[in-house]
Amino acid sequence: MSIAMRAPGAGNLLRRLREPGLLSLAVTLALFVAMSAAGGILYEGFLSPQVFLNLLIDNAFLLIVAVGMTFVILTGGIDLSVGAVVAFTTVLLASLVEKHGWHPLAAIPLVLLIGTGFGALMGVLIERYRLQPFVVTLAGMFLARGAATLVSVDSIGINHAFHVAVASTRVPLGGGASLSVAALVALAVVAAGVVLAGSTRFGRTVYAIGGSAQSAELMGLPVDATLIKVYALSGFCSALAGVVYTFYMLSGYSLHGMGLELDAIAAVVIGGTLLAGGSGYVLGSLFGVLVLGLIQTLIVFDGTLSSWWTRIAIGVLLLAFCLLQRLLARGGQASGGGHG
Amino acid sequence: MSEEQAPLVQPAQPRPQSARPGLRERLMAHPLLWPALALVLLLLGNALFNPGFLALQWRDGHLYGNLVDIANRAAPLALVSLGMTLVIAVRGLDISVGAVLAISATVAAWTIARMQAGGSGGLAPLFGAIAAALAVAALCGLWNGVLVVRVGMQPIIATLILMVAGRGVAQLIGDGQILTIYYAPYAFLGNGFLFGLPFSLFVLAAVFVGLKLLLDRTALGLFVRAIGHNPAAAHVAGIRARAIALSLYVFCSFSAGLAGLLVSSNVASADANNAGQLLELDAILAVALGGSALSGGRFSLGGSLLGALIIQTLTTTIYAIGVPPQVNLVVKALLVTAVLLLQSPQFRAKARTLFSRREARA
Repeated sequence: MSIAMRAPGAGNLLRRLREPGLLSLAVTLALFVAMSAAGGILYEGFLSPQVFLNLLIDNAFLLIVAVGMTFVILTGGIDLSVGAVVAFTTVLLASLVEKHGWHPLAAIPLVLLIGTGFGALMGVLIERYRLQPFVVTLAGMFLARGAATLVSVDSIGINHAFHVAVASTRVPLGGGASLSVAALVALAVVAAGVVLAGSTRFGRTVYAIGGSAQSAELMGLPVDATLIKVYALSGFCSALAGVVYTFYMLSGYSLHGMGLELDAIAAVVIGGTLLAGGSGYVLGSLFGVLVLGLIQTLIVFDGTLSSWWTRIAIGVLLLAFCLLQRLLARGGQASGGGHG
Repeated sequence: MSEEQAPLVQPAQPRPQSARPGLRERLMAHPLLWPALALVLLLLGNALFNPGFLALQWRDGHLYGNLVDIANRAAPLALVSLGMTLVIAVRGLDISVGAVLAISATVAAWTIARMQAGGSGGLAPLFGAIAAALAVAALCGLWNGVLVVRVGMQPIIATLILMVAGRGVAQLIGDGQILTIYYAPYAFLGNGFLFGLPFSLFVLAAVFVGLKLLLDRTALGLFVRAIGHNPAAAHVAGIRARAIALSLYVFCSFSAGLAGLLVSSNVASADANNAGQLLELDAILAVALGGSALSGGRFSLGGSLLGALIIQTLTTTIYAIGVPPQVNLVVKALLVTAVLLLQSPQFRAKARTLFSRREARA
């Protein structure tokens, strides 16, 4: 940091790296590369393209949820209901298709609409009555999980021809590697998220709210409407993730996606988004999800490590990145004072 | 329990003796009125449905009945709610209590197995397990407290780390197995009776009375409220806000550790994966139902106790009337939303204008 201060002409990259968000993103990228390299050295066959494509295939639903969560966290909020909304969506979709004879293409828009509406409702409670996001979305989590069990307590298998066909479709990428439809949807959501955050009025307002809601309001930005839209977006992403999950699991179950909200928050944080809001990148969350997936893949490849090491490793990573954020925040304040 | 009203406001407006509000007004304004009323209504509703619900029996020197059962089952949640109340009162939050409960339960089961294998008999494994579990739980609290107070992380994220990693650690200790406890004296904690009442109620009562004395008879309660209402002002006034907040995090985990002992003793096993699942949410719900402000400052230990009882009564009710137990989640969600809306000044203002408009029309 001091190098960049002494030599202002040292290059655009160094100066831009001083932004906490970008530096954090760079660290995440470095971590991803280092973990991949370590895996390649330790385990045979680790560095094949399909291993990395499987990261996307196995974590498509998490990726979609994480994109929605990124927007919520950018405004300084949090959404704990995502896992429950995923579960509710899978159960409702499975029930509509299998028990009520709906075609999946008719049922999917309906469940997406319900998810979006549910998110918007939580957004209204948070914005209009100034309730804390974590409590409102906590209640939302109970409600969605409970509603899912009311639709069906048991797991519903999906055997509809359309669903099975989409689930088994693989899009070849050459060299024997392929991606599932769900993974492509997830990548499309990431791309849309990047555009939405980076080059729209909505995105700029989201960053402004995270920086300071009061300033954003004084600037004449539509703070209230944007807040509601952000939670609606997260609800939409959760519902879409639920749809993707049914293609992955071919079932609807009220216990799907348990603890998914924690993974999503972890992915966003590891991806370099500041929890206080106002700084971060949607693309960072993509790498956050990939790092989480890589941990799991490494443990599977090792074969001797037990599954609980995944949780401990995620916890340690979360800690490391939160500490990094604190350090950067302090450094940023100190250097900001120097500039003023 | 009138000390529970925000004392920061009271000294500022000493009322002349003649203007003291009557018994009825004071009762209506009592912060515990609504939670208590809710609990009583729930119990009466049960009694209507099942006339024998409120009956208590004295059998074999023990008191039996649904009320005793509810209180006994609510004890672990109530303990955690007390800790959670104080953490929330200083504008904090601890979502790791479920994981800490699992760690404490696993440590207790592990210690007992080790000490029995090592040949110690009598009551030594019991005290060894209690000491080890509570020490580890307190350590977890210290970890949370240091992250929040010293490092300056947001409470929800600082405790999220332990929530995620904690169950992994618990599984590590238990080697991924559900540890079964083959040791009769340990069962006394969660199943035993003392003077005819479940022993867990005495644990709860001891913690509650101890806290009340500590908070109401010393300045600590005032300090906690001051920190919650305005941390900066409290700091300027010379209150050691950081030390107090740190010790409250330690206490919150400690109470989760106690709850872990009760739970693992009650089922004679420790399940690292499922013990205390969603406990953090129930505890926050209990705090909200008890009338404490989730934004800090105003808190009520008695209220949280009532909140925990309401949650347990609700669960018992739903099982008793034969509705699928999953409805419980929906009811809890609607309850917490209603409580939050009632606490929100914006909602109250809106409701008031609606009311006055209707009156004006009539």
